[in-house]
Amino acid sequence: MKTIISSNGNKPDSGFDLRFGRAAWFCLLDEESGETSFHENEYKDALHGAGTKVVEKVIELGATRVISGDFGPKAKELLEKFNIQMVLLSDDSKSVHDIIKSIK
Amino acid sequence: MRKVVAPPGFRGYKPYGNRHGRKEPVELLYEEYEAIKLADYDLMNQQEASQLMGVSRATFARVYESARRKIAHALVETREIRSVFGNADLDTSWRICGECQARFNIPGNMQIHRCPMCKSEDTYQIKKTT
Repeated sequence: MKTIISSNGNKPDSGFDLRFGRAAWFCLLDEESGETSFHENEYKDALHGAGTKVVEKVIELGATRVISGDFGPKAKELLEKFNIQMVLLSDDSKSVHDIIKSIK
Repeated sequence: MRKVVAPPGFRGYKPYGNRHGRKEPVELLYEEYEAIKLADYDLMNQQEASQLMGVSRATFARVYESARRKIAHALVETREIRSVFGNADLDTSWRICGECQARFNIPGNMQIHRCPMCKSEDTYQIKKTT
């Protein structure tokens, strides 16, 4: 299973970003191998439709779970349609690494 | 019914350092929480926010006003705020983990109801309490 975590940087000690469509980076975690890779969000400054575009990216990357702090209504609807699990956390003091550690 | 994208991440708020003992809590409805979030956190105007919640602008204004008064009431009278379901329409079925408070949904093709974060089985479905 692959999980996307919204992040404000491209390193494991980068902070967790509560925003989904407008997070600067996404960390893709492969739970089977434990490997992570970081993907820049090219839509973070889009005027509109960032959430929708990012969902397409999530699907492209093959993730089936997204961990973020807030999903817009359109992103939520799409993620639901594609059977991607949404997890909402409200604590943005965690780093991406902390979150990965707690999933394992 | 008012559309609510996601439930609030808390079951309640408690004041501390108050001297006047326990009082009846204020019940903040999910749709009131959502109205405050859209207007004062996401900084939407009332037109956008009302469309998002699927209600008229007047209804939105009423829900929002009620939310603000309840919060002011709780602050001034040092009362607890409790989040209750109200008339919310959550089109996704959300669960909350009793262990780590993570909120999550269970997609149609998934059988496990454990918390995806801490693997706790102590999770509960958010539903209307009557």
